[in-house]
Amino acid sequence: MAIKKVKDFFKKVFSGLFKNKKDIKLGFYGPPNAGKTSLANRICKDFTGEEIGSVSKVPHETRSVQFKEKVEISYQGKSMTFKMIDTPGIATRVDYEDFLKYKVNKKEAKIRAKEATQGIIESIKWLDDMDVVVIVLDATENPYNQVNITIIGNLVAREIPVLIVANKSDLRKASIKKIEEAFPEYTVLGMSAKYGKNLDKFYEEIFKISKKSK
Amino acid sequence: MANKNSKNKKIKGFSIRFMPYSEIKHLDSTQRIRRVLEIVFNNYILIIQGRLKPEEETRLIEDTMAMIGHVKDFKGIELAVLGSDEKRGAIDRLKNRLVVGLSGGDLGAVTIIGPASIVKEIKRDPKKIELMLNK
Ligand SMILES: Nc1nc2c(ncn2[C@@H]2O[C@H](COP(=O)(O)OP(=O)(O)O)[C@@H](O)[C@H]2O)c(=O)[nH]1
Ligand SMILES: [Mg+2]
Repeated sequence: MAIKKVKDFFKKVFSGLFKNKKDIKLGFYGPPNAGKTSLANRICKDFTGEEIGSVSKVPHETRSVQFKEKVEISYQGKSMTFKMIDTPGIATRVDYEDFLKYKVNKKEAKIRAKEATQGIIESIKWLDDMDVVVIVLDATENPYNQVNITIIGNLVAREIPVLIVANKSDLRKASIKKIEEAFPEYTVLGMSAKYGKNLDKFYEEIFKISKKSK
Repeated sequence: MANKNSKNKKIKGFSIRFMPYSEIKHLDSTQRIRRVLEIVFNNYILIIQGRLKPEEETRLIEDTMAMIGHVKDFKGIELAVLGSDEKRGAIDRLKNRLVVGLSGGDLGAVTIIGPASIVKEIKRDPKKIELMLNK
């Protein structure tokens, strides 16, 4: 009897320790070209010195899910360890002809399109496994896109906390307000991943919602 | 929208198919998605009186992504939901949808799903859809 108690005690302590040590899975979602990789790179660079993936003006540059483990983010004396997960994002259409505009030849364009569709499927499969999700939107674009609502709907159903980033706030056309109006129940953070604007606020919000994650 | 109940109207290469939610209400998610896909792959723009669950929408995206490159000229879908609750915030809408979803479809909402290539064509020439709806 006593032995069982001791065993239980250790089990509790160790599982507790293990739980605390487990990285929080932080996923980046949003439409192609919104700046998911740019933002994930900023964070990874700040805390590990390395980037997570390559950025490009050509859409679907990220065509498979990219990871960076053990990224310890420190902010105002606190720190949390994350597994950063940069996804290709989710779109409902992929047209190889869209690549032709960027000096990609037809054969390569078709390969990219194929990889892009697989990347989208992979992104969807990963939705279930996230602890916290950042949805990166391009603030110069119309936020009333069913895909954004679909992603959030899936996260709400699974009780996964969400932060919405209205990216590219450096551009004159950007409207943070429009995005706030589209998602009034969420914290919407205006940022520029390119120029590192509002990163402090980003870390603050991430810490806040990560505590809510199960 | 005079002919709400008429079924399949054809106009130059594409057609619209109206579907009351009751037609898919009794189906499980897999069957429901299959029914939607059948219609979309027949080059119809499908207008559902009601809406799908969020996880059905992601399943639909997954399934259609897997078809790109395998079905000739298929480039994916366009998906739009016009809500009866359009003026509310997205999450309010979501909550509302969860409630109505459980009770069997938000009949005030309308879901539009079409092959991306056709929707692109309509965007380029919006007169086409007006013509079709006024016919
Ligand atoms: N002006 C501006 N451009 C950005 C910003 N963030 C990303 N971009 C650009 O947007 C394009 C897509 O960025 P990327 O990070 O690859 O987007 P992803 O597809 O969401 O991963 C690239 O040309 C980036 O340089 C930003 O904050 N401001
Ligand atoms: Mg990327």
